[in-house]
Amino acid sequence: MKHGRRSRRQLLQMGVAVGGSLLAGQQARALETDPRKLGEPLGPYGERSPFEKAVRWRRESKTPETGSSFTPLHDSVGIVTPSALHYERHHSGIPTIDPAKHRLVIHGLVDRPLALSMAEIRRLPSVTRILALECGGNSAGEWGAATGADVQRSYGLVSGSEWTGVSLSLLLAEAGMQPRASWVIAEGADACRMMRSIPLAKALENSVLAYGQNGEAMRPAQGYPLRLINPGWEGNTNVKWLHSLKLTDQPYMARDETSKYSDLMPDGKARIFTYAMEAKSVITFPSGGQTLPTRGLYELTGLAWSGRGRIERVEVTTDGGRTWVQAPLQEPRLPIALTRFRLAWRFDGQDALIASRAIDETKYVQPTRAALIAVRGTNSTYHYNGIKVWSVRADGTVTNVEA
Amino acid sequence: MWKLSAMLLAAAATLSAQSPRYGVGRPPTPEEIRELGSAIAPDGTGLPEGAGTVAAGRELFAAQCARCHGPTGEGDVGARLVGGQGTLRTPRPLKTVGSFWPYATTLWDYVNRAMPFDRPGLLKPPEVYAAVAYVLNLNGIIEADRVMDATSLPKVKMPNRDGFVADPRPDVRKERRQH
Repeated sequence: MKHGRRSRRQLLQMGVAVGGSLLAGQQARALETDPRKLGEPLGPYGERSPFEKAVRWRRESKTPETGSSFTPLHDSVGIVTPSALHYERHHSGIPTIDPAKHRLVIHGLVDRPLALSMAEIRRLPSVTRILALECGGNSAGEWGAATGADVQRSYGLVSGSEWTGVSLSLLLAEAGMQPRASWVIAEGADACRMMRSIPLAKALENSVLAYGQNGEAMRPAQGYPLRLINPGWEGNTNVKWLHSLKLTDQPYMARDETSKYSDLMPDGKARIFTYAMEAKSVITFPSGGQTLPTRGLYELTGLAWSGRGRIERVEVTTDGGRTWVQAPLQEPRLPIALTRFRLAWRFDGQDALIASRAIDETKYVQPTRAALIAVRGTNSTYHYNGIKVWSVRADGTVTNVEA
Repeated sequence: MWKLSAMLLAAAATLSAQSPRYGVGRPPTPEEIRELGSAIAPDGTGLPEGAGTVAAGRELFAAQCARCHGPTGEGDVGARLVGGQGTLRTPRPLKTVGSFWPYATTLWDYVNRAMPFDRPGLLKPPEVYAAVAYVLNLNGIIEADRVMDATSLPKVKMPNRDGFVADPRPDVRKERRQH
């Protein structure tokens, strides 16, 4: 098994080496077509330009079926992440599910237990929302030290999508909730049958059973054919490949809400059911690993989001926090969605420490790393939302910095 | 036709808000519920019949679990399952079944749904009880002569049962003027 993994890694490294250096020049020349020659014929399903190289970064994991891959936020534009670049987090691989055979059962404390086919679910009135989805463990590495070298590796477990599906409240009314029901136990059809407990109040407030993402059926890695979307809540609660909803009068204390996705505090107590993702932002350009080629005027840009609602304001510093200016926000500015900010900034060839902080509609202000750690210590793993500071050096290179 | 529709809508509105409006779906079979939604509650709701001893668990662990979790649960590719009690307040906390998990039923549920990693669902209920009994015994939580079943398992008090608190966030408030 170990040997197999190593081989795969070596292959991947070879692929990078070949694609990255050897062929880059020749390939580009070969790909470019004579503008007066007839182009490619029409195809049934589109591909991006062969010149575009943005890819997810896969963190090394113990087994190929587990782990995370990170969205290349530094390559992103707008507020929607292409489905093919959406971050992923898997616990036992990606199942291949025939939607014609998929069933969702709704049972437990309901008057009418239901088994629903995808065709029946897709026939119901639909809702569509553009939302940010963030892993509860995004930026977890920053607790120990603010050493995320680039924005993808340190903040890339967040993505934005347009999700389409059916309001969970509609289906729960269809099944008939019994008065004692207060929790929903959601289970997925991956090999490990990922399971989470969701308060019924959330399910009724705005949860969606999604089948669509960015205008088409969602990708297998995102939960095809059916996924629970809990707007603003940590990614893990958005159970993929959803096949069971059980109404109960108690949370089930799943492994993924007790042993994992709970936040250990310095006093040895762990916070449980820490669902909401608090306001957060990060500058994506200029960011770690990039280089400003010359002095002059740049459009500094980044993304802000909050699990608690709309981003009200983003402030940016280019002098290490001495002064902050309000960055214009790009429309649309939707609740719980990625929100892009932009600011004209002149790089004058001097060292500069740049950072952003988000303020959401609840007036919550994204804290510094120091302020977070002062309350939570460095062992809580999840829900890191500290301000990320990038160092722009006089030579134009951008690196991470301990701030 | 329109009149009829309007009358039907009015009639529907007078019914309970929870009457089925779309009439989708069918009753699931007991097999479907068992297969798709067999989660176990911390009070033991959902635990099936069967029983397992620590001794049977030791044997099963060696055959099915040790290759990833180590012969005595010290961890390898799989998570470490033992030790760490007393470390949660230290700079290097070690979160294991013994030191951190608040409910023994969670261990049963997780082993049943997700283990062995490459063949989840392989173990029959008595084997799950046995594996759980062995891991609890490795952690000094139950004696070596104990039998785990639907009655005894929910009564096991895990060392960190009272180690969890509700979410107090927002917990980091900062005067914006301080910047």
